[in-house]
Amino acid sequence: MSDFNNRRKILKSSAGAAAAASLGVGGMLFSPFAQAQNMTFKPEKGAKLRVLRWSRFVQGDIDAYMANVKKFTELTGVEVRVDNEGWEDVRPKAAVAANTGAGPDIILSTNDDANLYPDKLLDVTDLAEYLGKKYGGWYPAVEAYLRPDGKKWLGLGLGASGSYIVYRQSQVKAAGFDTFPKDTAGFLKLCQALKEKGTPPGMALGNATGDGLWCNWLIWAFGGQLVDKNNKVVIDSPETQKALEYGKELYATFIPGTLSWLDPNNNKAFLDGQISVTNNGISVYYAAKNATDPKVKELAADIQHASFPVGPIGTPTESHLFFNQMIFKYTKYPQAAKEFLRFMMEKEQFEGWLGGAGGYIAQPLRAYESAPVWTADPKNTVYRDGVKNMRPAGYAGKLGYASAGAGADFIVVNMVAEAVSGSKTPKEAMERAQKRAERYYKV
Amino acid sequence: MAAVLGTHVERKRSWVERFQNSPNALGWAFMLPATVLLVLFLTYPLGLGTWLGFTDAKIGRGGEWIGFENFGFLIGDDVTRLALFNTLFYTTVASIVKFVLGLWLAILLNKKLPFQSFFRAVVLLPWIVPTALSAIAFWWIFDSQFSIISWVLMKMGLINSYIDFLGNPWNARISTIIANVWRGIPFVAISLLAGLQTISPSYYEASAIDGATPWQQFRHITLPLLTPIIAVVMTFSVLFTFTDFQLIYVLTRGGPLNSTHLMATLAFQRAISGGALGEGAAIATLMVPFLLAAIMFSYFGLQRRAWQQGGDK
Repeated sequence: MSDFNNRRKILKSSAGAAAAASLGVGGMLFSPFAQAQNMTFKPEKGAKLRVLRWSRFVQGDIDAYMANVKKFTELTGVEVRVDNEGWEDVRPKAAVAANTGAGPDIILSTNDDANLYPDKLLDVTDLAEYLGKKYGGWYPAVEAYLRPDGKKWLGLGLGASGSYIVYRQSQVKAAGFDTFPKDTAGFLKLCQALKEKGTPPGMALGNATGDGLWCNWLIWAFGGQLVDKNNKVVIDSPETQKALEYGKELYATFIPGTLSWLDPNNNKAFLDGQISVTNNGISVYYAAKNATDPKVKELAADIQHASFPVGPIGTPTESHLFFNQMIFKYTKYPQAAKEFLRFMMEKEQFEGWLGGAGGYIAQPLRAYESAPVWTADPKNTVYRDGVKNMRPAGYAGKLGYASAGAGADFIVVNMVAEAVSGSKTPKEAMERAQKRAERYYKV
Repeated sequence: MAAVLGTHVERKRSWVERFQNSPNALGWAFMLPATVLLVLFLTYPLGLGTWLGFTDAKIGRGGEWIGFENFGFLIGDDVTRLALFNTLFYTTVASIVKFVLGLWLAILLNKKLPFQSFFRAVVLLPWIVPTALSAIAFWWIFDSQFSIISWVLMKMGLINSYIDFLGNPWNARISTIIANVWRGIPFVAISLLAGLQTISPSYYEASAIDGATPWQQFRHITLPLLTPIIAVVMTFSVLFTFTDFQLIYVLTRGGPLNSTHLMATLAFQRAISGGALGEGAAIATLMVPFLLAAIMFSYFGLQRRAWQQGGDK
């Protein structure tokens, strides 16, 4: 059970007073930290925790994470073992753990995993509400993933690895654009101009789990969607057709070979100077900035980031890889597990971890928009709003086996690839996607 | 009391003795560990996999019996049909090429060459290198931007742009077959070489005296005497190729446009990544008839014929 510490209420008022003194009254009213109530969970005697998480994308992430883990152990005496797996391997392992009732106490997984076995997960509503209240609230996408019924929290959000536009400033300028276009029409014009200049863009159209997410953006930007709110498959629509026709024009500007691209291909091509624009996490910039090869390091100065252009529907339609944190009901140490997650999500630890990840992970809680990492390097700022602007993977339907299956089967990516490459007409590609998706959503 | 004890010991001894002297009982006893292992690690998973194919099991959730629904859907699913075509094409072409090149290599290695042992060892290298590692090497070789083949051809002025090895469906199919052949040849070559070395040189000497040409020697001595080995080697080779996974997973993940998805990779994608355990198991089960057909073909078509065993037919 949660243990609200009344003593902290007094501290809260003094913290409020201190905040008021330093920020002024307005600062106190709007600073989420100032309204916080602290919560602690008392770890069980002799508690030990096993955490399974996805392997780091950038070294700073795991270094900062492990430093926080060490701090937690020092403070509580709870030993924590952290295992790492490739992020795509965490999903089956988590599912097996849920099914067999044995395995890590805490699993950091991706997208809609918590919706696959909600009854196997420890209710963390008290903790989620506490963190939400203290840190300015969870973004809507986090609630869609982890509070599907609007009441019970299945887990905590950890953040998202933003997939944003990564481009070469000098080449975009040479193509006649001083700033990166903010709408799809402008984006197409830019890509056409870049191709003419011999510096084409390129985005993955192979079965790329992470970098293929731009296909969701494409469909959503024009009002298309795989399913509606009632999980009815509606991908075969005039909106999707428009998106595919636009995609066809966009694909014509791409460097040859993108149909085969998996997740690492665009990084390699970009760092080699073969493409001017792609979509990626901040890792391309991170790699260039920390490169030992002076030629690659030089590239870092020319790299810029931008949000995905907004389509005719007029609102951002971003798609990113979401990370969650789940505690399994079978854990012998639920209090220790909750305390661990609470500790890791508190400002003192979480901001350090965000900084270590170098902008690779965007926060799930609004208060962390002011984390130093987003301003330490202006090129990081775009990645700040990953969770804020994202739509869940199974938009606009409910999340669960159907959304997970349809995503893993690359239905949208394949549809886009078929249509834009001309191997099928947009209509044929949509019909095929409709049929494939209906299988998952059981029509 | 002593008499009762004596009778008991005698009875016990006679039971042990009878057991030790019974070939049937001993046979069963010696077979028991192997049987337990086979049942536990082979029969049970196979049975479970087959059963799962008839359920709607998801990862993390037990399924209910749904009969042939998965199979019905898969037959109508064009991605599965494409994966079946890809698998048959991949297996047929790769197996034939591996056989022809493997046999040719085996015959070459069977001749007296300088550094014979060295060459024989070198031939085994592709087989020794872990598949995931060789697949990554091929991934670079076939890369649309960094391919060494394209680079060389460009430098030689033979092509104007890089070849899209893995981005075009047919190019991708052929490229994956080439990678599979490269990896599979050593197994065929070394096994056939072992077979070649069991053929007595006297056959060749006798036929040479009779004026047989090298082709006639190959056709009427080498090939017939090698047939039993070929049957075994090709059965294994077909099985390995049909169930290939790693190469495809690293090189293309089944893309582009599902044109290199094999049954094994599709089963994994649907069952593990997608969580549809029942459907994935059904795809894997669909592979069994084809595998059985391959085994039957080699068993009945290529097995040791009666005359090779000393018969008169």
